[in-house]
Amino acid sequence: MVQGLYLLFGAASVVTALILVLARNPVHSALALMACFLQVSAIFVLLEAPLLAVIQIFVYVGAIMVLFIFVIMMVDVREAVLQRFLPGSNLPALVLLVLLGTEMLVLVLWSGAFSVTPPPAGGEGIGLRQLGTTLFAEYLLPFEVTSVILLAALVGAIVLAQKEPR
Amino acid sequence: MVPLWWSIVLGVALFVIGAGGVLLRRNILVVLMSLELLLNSVNINFIAFGHYYADSRGQIFAIFVIAITAAEVAVALGILVALVRNKSTLRADDVTLLKG
Repeated sequence: MVQGLYLLFGAASVVTALILVLARNPVHSALALMACFLQVSAIFVLLEAPLLAVIQIFVYVGAIMVLFIFVIMMVDVREAVLQRFLPGSNLPALVLLVLLGTEMLVLVLWSGAFSVTPPPAGGEGIGLRQLGTTLFAEYLLPFEVTSVILLAALVGAIVLAQKEPR
Repeated sequence: MVPLWWSIVLGVALFVIGAGGVLLRRNILVVLMSLELLLNSVNINFIAFGHYYADSRGQIFAIFVIAITAAEVAVALGILVALVRNKSTLRADDVTLLKG
């Protein structure tokens, strides 16, 4: 049951990712990316990480994609719709991609380390309480640094997007 | 239970597709969206390994990745809006002021 759902959501996420890269209209790309994020959050649920699934939907689908669509509305994308997109136009990049993909697949599938060994600690999964305790006790400094980075990005985005007084 | 290598193969597939979008597309908006896809495939790997080893650190690192991604998108879209206001183009080939 879980494996069938995993295959379904994984295949749907790969298909929507392909639509994202191959679509000519940036609006279609944004919608495909939103669908892909929803599939990935379903995969997080199947991997027993419900908090991450909710964060994924809130942050990616709720905030980041709305930001993208606002920018698409502000920017004139009609010229981008007209321009051609040929996947074979940049041959070195294509060769690099194929090499990267085959290398990673060969390393994963031939090593045997990821398919043979059973999970060492079975347990009952990761609870929300354990997650919060680890985040706020062991990783308190990275948490604070992340908040400072978010503040800096907020100020930077406002400064970058405002009109220059000239 | 889902085998670990399924998640790794899914992460590889999404990573390669996203890298293809970054390297092959010339539209800056689509390049930024493909960058999101790259970071998301990394998150799948983090959470799959955390689930496999019953370790909460995978999810914690995924939370940090999501926060950094939000910051990156805000700054990148700010730069994009400023660029469009100055040059009125979305093609990455037209932005070669630094001759990179």
